[in-house]
Amino acid sequence: MSGQLAAVLGTGQTKHVAKRDDVSIAGLVREAADRALEDAGLTYADIDAVVIGKAPDMFEGVMMPELYLAEALGAIGKPLIRVHTAGSVGGSTAIVATHLVQAGVHERVLTVAFEKQSESNAMWALSIKIPFSQPLVAGAGGYFAPIIRGYIRKADAPLDTGFQVVLKDRLNALKNPYAHLHQPDISMEQIIESPLLWDPIRYAETCPSSDGAAAMVIGSERAADASSRPVAWIHGTAVRSEPTMGAGRDRVNPHAGRDCAKAVYAEAGITDPFREIDCAEIYVPFSWFEPMWLENLGFAEEGTGWKMVHDGTTALDGDLPINMSGGVLSSNPIGASGMIRFLEVANQVRGTAGEHQVDGARKALGHAYGGGSQFFAMWVVGKDKPK
Amino acid sequence: MRDVAVVSFAQSATRRDQTRNEVEILLPVLREAMAPTGLTTHDIGFTCSGSSDYLAGQAFAFVSALDAVGPWPPIQESHVEMDGAWALYEAWVRLQHGDIDTALVYAFGKSSPGDVARVLSLQLDPYVTGPLWPDAISLAALQARAFLEAGHDEKDLARVVARSRRNAVGNPHAQLSGDIDEATLLDEPLYADPLRMHDCPPISDGAAVVVLAAGDKARELCERPAWIRGIDHRIDVQALGSRDLSQSASTRLAGEKAGVGGRADLAELHAPFSHQELIVAEALGLDETATSINPSGGALASNPVMVAGLVRIGEAARRLSAGEGERAVAHATSGPALQQNLVCVLEATS
Repeated sequence: MSGQLAAVLGTGQTKHVAKRDDVSIAGLVREAADRALEDAGLTYADIDAVVIGKAPDMFEGVMMPELYLAEALGAIGKPLIRVHTAGSVGGSTAIVATHLVQAGVHERVLTVAFEKQSESNAMWALSIKIPFSQPLVAGAGGYFAPIIRGYIRKADAPLDTGFQVVLKDRLNALKNPYAHLHQPDISMEQIIESPLLWDPIRYAETCPSSDGAAAMVIGSERAADASSRPVAWIHGTAVRSEPTMGAGRDRVNPHAGRDCAKAVYAEAGITDPFREIDCAEIYVPFSWFEPMWLENLGFAEEGTGWKMVHDGTTALDGDLPINMSGGVLSSNPIGASGMIRFLEVANQVRGTAGEHQVDGARKALGHAYGGGSQFFAMWVVGKDKPK
Repeated sequence: MRDVAVVSFAQSATRRDQTRNEVEILLPVLREAMAPTGLTTHDIGFTCSGSSDYLAGQAFAFVSALDAVGPWPPIQESHVEMDGAWALYEAWVRLQHGDIDTALVYAFGKSSPGDVARVLSLQLDPYVTGPLWPDAISLAALQARAFLEAGHDEKDLARVVARSRRNAVGNPHAQLSGDIDEATLLDEPLYADPLRMHDCPPISDGAAVVVLAAGDKARELCERPAWIRGIDHRIDVQALGSRDLSQSASTRLAGEKAGVGGRADLAELHAPFSHQELIVAEALGLDETATSINPSGGALASNPVMVAGLVRIGEAARRLSAGEGERAVAHATSGPALQQNLVCVLEATS
């Protein structure tokens, strides 16, 4: 553990949907922040600083929108920091907020992440051709499909693995009132028959485009001890980055992801992640990333992650439930997606996850990644105060 | 708080750079900042950068910039969509944990390819003010008018510009410099009433890099480190009608929290417009007769957007390390009409 102890005092999120035309961007972030404060039993006056994150500004067409959002977030006269680390940003943002508390700078920090994707078109905002750079083709799927094909070939994985992941996550989402996609009639047949977008990724295997926001209040040990609400103790945080391109990069099982996992386990005192972690929310925007990340995170040996999908290990009632909330495959307000992972596992160890609660969850992992599988942010939270 | 110091600083010559992209501008500056420390990328505990996608006109501008660092094997790294001064703040916080001793901070920005005054309009709220497209110069002019009407004279603005140009003569990184008297400046035509062209910053592309180190590591890496004695940042409401534009409440508050106390041998204030320097100096309680203000020429002499705030901290630290003073104040700003402000107090002693 580096620095002083910190804990999640409260969480809040919006109901993620395709288009929130009833609220402005400020209204959206305010809704999540209000809920986090209410959950923590606090008000804006209790907050020392605000840390906000989102993915590229071009997704809404507002440059550095935190300047305009400062008032809605109760940040006037306070420090306000804006984080941007690509898709991992929701996780990185929570970590910057945690660091402010662990460094002893602040007692209580409000951290917020959002995306209002309906304001523009994320796929094409990601597909701007930069001179002398490799184009992303068409959106993130065009970039990640060859990596998935690489995984299938290397791991010799059955082709229906991705379908199994989607079916599980969309069924989990039915237990999460905040999830964007609620598809009670989802079936394997429906998934298989959905159009092929980027071989081998079918439409049903992709994340939706969502408007949504997430927020947490991170507090010091003193603030957590004083709280009458359940808290989630932060046992470890880690970030790692590597370049987009370079000889020797393994985009299927990235070096930075493996290093980040090792670092977060070491800080949390975990030696056997599969046994010691009770559940995890990991960033899976395309179905196949579940088995890939299971290996990258050290839950499975390289080339065997898909087996945990097929034998039900990652199901809500399995040995290692993954994406109990329905995951990114069921809600994807991009900038907030990482924070939702962090927030959902905090709720799991607080025992406040609702219908998708894993019984007896005491220690859980939140994971986010971004860029070309090159930016990683992770945290381990626990029911018990770290020793 | 743990003692943290600026142990090295480098910046690019700022100008309209039409032949190099941001990575190409940044790379030699990184090398220059690292060289005197003898450190390599993998000796650094934490790396943090500041930039804005909207200057490059692409999502993820910072992703390719990271290539300049050479993050292989992978590194601990983060990025703020803010001026690099706030990246330095994040790195300072990270160094407080005690598990690492060094941090690399960088910022980069190319303002010249687009119309930066209009690009900055996109910082405004997108529903009420933004759709009117008031550009950054018009907004600064509104603020300058409020400042003059609060009891100041346009001669004060000319004095700031003349000093900036004079001081910049000794700064090889400055874009605008020279010996011009105030009367000549006031003879120039108005550009955005009450501002003249010289009251506004030049269009600059550039990069800057700071190396931070804690405790004994700082003493080991630098003969005379510039210690961060206080650092704080605050934000005001954005809506122009909801604040007194002739003052800067957030600068005043950040200055109090950082412990400025009105005392400094030199101050580097991030004021892209002449009147803003006077507003910031007043909010920090700095007196021109006792403190050398913007000895580098400041942002009126060169203004690489997203970089100029970090340059203020670097310039102040470099001058302290060179023995030009013992105590300095550095300031960075962001947002329309000085909306967000950071203040850093630095000290160096032999």
